[in-house]
Amino acid sequence: MTPVSAPRSTAWTARTINRRDTGYTGVPPWVFVLAGAGALFVLLPLAAMVAKVNWGQFVPLITSESSLTALGLSLRTSAASTLLCIALGVPLALVLARASFPGQRLLRAFVLLPLVLPPVVGGIALLYTFGRQGLLGRSLDFAGIQIAFSTTAVVLAQTFVALPFLVVSLEGALRTAGTKYEAVAATLGARPTTVLRRVSIPLVLPGLASGAVLSFARCLGEFGATLTFAGSLQGVTRTLPLEIYLQRETDADAAVALSLVLVAVAVAVVGLSYRRPRALAAEPAPTA
Amino acid sequence: MSISRERISALLAAGFLAAGLSGCATSTTANGNTPNGAARRGSSTAAGTVTVFAAASLKATFTKIASEFEAANPGTKVTLNFAGSSDLATQISQGAPADVFAAADTKNMAKLSDANLIDGTARNFATNVLEIAVPPANPASIRSFADLAKPGLKVVVCAPQVPCGSATEKVEQATGTTLKPVSEESSVTDVLGKVTSGEADAGLVYVTDVRNAGGKVKGITFSESDQAVNTYPIATVGSSRNKELAKAFIAMVTGSEGRKVLSDAGFGTP
Repeated sequence: MTPVSAPRSTAWTARTINRRDTGYTGVPPWVFVLAGAGALFVLLPLAAMVAKVNWGQFVPLITSESSLTALGLSLRTSAASTLLCIALGVPLALVLARASFPGQRLLRAFVLLPLVLPPVVGGIALLYTFGRQGLLGRSLDFAGIQIAFSTTAVVLAQTFVALPFLVVSLEGALRTAGTKYEAVAATLGARPTTVLRRVSIPLVLPGLASGAVLSFARCLGEFGATLTFAGSLQGVTRTLPLEIYLQRETDADAAVALSLVLVAVAVAVVGLSYRRPRALAAEPAPTA
Repeated sequence: MSISRERISALLAAGFLAAGLSGCATSTTANGNTPNGAARRGSSTAAGTVTVFAAASLKATFTKIASEFEAANPGTKVTLNFAGSSDLATQISQGAPADVFAAADTKNMAKLSDANLIDGTARNFATNVLEIAVPPANPASIRSFADLAKPGLKVVVCAPQVPCGSATEKVEQATGTTLKPVSEESSVTDVLGKVTSGEADAGLVYVTDVRNAGGKVKGITFSESDQAVNTYPIATVGSSRNKELAKAFIAMVTGSEGRKVLSDAGFGTP
């Protein structure tokens, strides 16, 4: 697996180096035509939505109490879910990229499963796990913890669907970074925890950052699992996508305006992340 | 041992695809089971395909009526599209090829008739009222609408923006009861789901939903439900290219055969 074949999302460093070394881009013209079609396919619907926005009412629509409450809830829960994704996803990525144990492939397959699972299915699965009648629900209920219909349920649903994004990004970054520096640190007497803290994590920080941002963006858009598992109540569980879905029933203008807000937030978040890793990648990179 | 990067990217892409907001429209075709001689009768006015856009709560009944229609009119095919009434109204106003529109409330039908997208006037063919749905064991021992306001109870209702939610609001106003729901769902199916899974102690759904859920929930009727009767209108879509067949289908729904199927499912007569 050479750095040339690495996808953009996981190997900034490799790509930057590669291009600096040879200056060869080698993209046939016809690929640009197809790429243009691909870009249009994504941009045209967004443009169509922007054209539908009732600009005269835009500000009142997006600053209504229910809209602001939903946006605030979405941002708060997505931030919490991203932290949870980092806490659970970094160890998973490390174990998948560095360790070797029986059942590793199976573990990877299961960790990645939420990527291809319809979110509604995720919601049903969570319901049967943390719900009142669920696998853990009874014990939790006994302990006085009720997750269903709470903001915690929203965070769990978001974490469930967003976790693979962080794991995939970080595992890719770890593999691209290789183990040379870690091995050197170990031969110099560093303990595994020190190697992890001082060498591995700093090396893959760009990958971790972009993984975290992808997770955040995925959390922001989470709909199916939340609706199935957490319900929909203003200020508690009704995130922006749920608010949009509901507004659409009565007020198409409001739904379009809110959709635009969600797109803007997502673009800002993703745009931010795609700048940062590039800046970091300008530092001496470990791969060659 | 290593998963290829290409595969990871592919998975990522697939994840993004699956993550999109997905509507809940389902499209089914009631396949014309060959009539065993007996059903071969009557109104064979036309042949071809009739596309029916019907409210999600009509799924069971309209699927049945459609196969009866196909049996009675050999050579015809009924294509059914079930979704929320407002979704369907939007789809039709955006030019979706529908011949018949059956809505769960008059408001969504009015949206289309006001825009001159309906042929003639709509006919009301069924009514539906609310009922309390509780888990079969009724753990919170609910007996009346007023019981739903008991503190600590997990009650799930429809949001006021959707027909079942506005009906709930009407009943609340009529009875002077204020509910404190733990969730306001955007469809009656989601309310029912919260009750069948045991998450909620009670939910407000339609009589027909309770009937359709079989033994999974227990229904508790309440007299105040007559304060909010939901009327179902049906009409031929103006842009229909098969109006004869559309009218024949509507005649079947509003006729004695349709009425029997509907009343068996718990719908009332308007």
